Amino acid sequence: MTQNIEITQELDVRGLNCPMPLVKSRKAVNALPVGGVLKVVATDRGSVKDFQAWAKTAKNIELVGQEEVQQDGQTLYIHYLKRTS
Amino acid sequence: MTVQNQATQLNTEDLLARIAELETRVEALEQAPAQDIEDRLAMVVFSGDLDKALAAFIIATGAAAMGLEVSMFFTFWGLSVVRKGRSFEGKNAIQKAFGALLPAGGDTLHLSKMDFFGAGAALMRKIMRENDVTSLDELVALAQDLGVRMVACEMSRELLGIRDDELLDGLELGGVATFIGDASRSKITLFI
Repeated sequence: MTQNIEITQELDVRGLNCPMPLVKSRKAVNALPVGGVLKVVATDRGSVKDFQAWAKTAKNIELVGQEEVQQDGQTLYIHYLKRTS
Repeated sequence: MTVQNQATQLNTEDLLARIAELETRVEALEQAPAQDIEDRLAMVVFSGDLDKALAAFIIATGAAAMGLEVSMFFTFWGLSVVRKGRSFEGKNAIQKAFGALLPAGGDTLHLSKMDFFGAGAALMRKIMRENDVTSLDELVALAQDLGVRMVACEMSRELLGIRDDELLDGLELGGVATFIGDASRSKITLFI
């Protein structure tokens, strides 16, 4: 499902903890054109629920995908956020 | 016919009067700020403990990032969170003592539990650095950057003898009405 998503911009928040993944993503989303998709790569496990809650609360953001990837013995949590307006 | 005409005329007049009445009521509702609950978060920061201040600022920055309008009201010991330094000029003995004993900003706050005269807080800062947890000073700067409204309580400021120039730049000064004004339009209100 996440393979078909066209990514406008990528954001690396590996190593950052709450609330930084959220804050950095918000700034990146603001700079995104409407319809654009932001790929966020995080190591913070809490970001999974955080991004779901954010997408539910915010009016102009849609969470179009989330996935977990194992890389170099580390779990990466990847979120795809779409700016809808 | 005439009776019927009269009846419709009366109805139109009635309706126009009702519309006029409803319009004034809608206008009154629109102007009443307390009716207008928005995506806002209002917070009282009463505590000057490091752990509680961290929680307050993590919630504030997170909420601001989620798109909520956030306002924080610093009162009593909470003022030490937004204090940037100490100055003793023009203060009486009690105010000087308060000024010396009260923490001033992120690096000087203590833990609410297991502080052990500052050793606990120092250890907490160390493990926070090691785990890449954002420091309180960074969070405060971030909150200001995200447009979080920060209001210092004027009454507590005077009571504790904290001078304006000891507080962070960009801080507003206000009283209970400033907080209630924001809180009455907020979905979430917290006391920390």
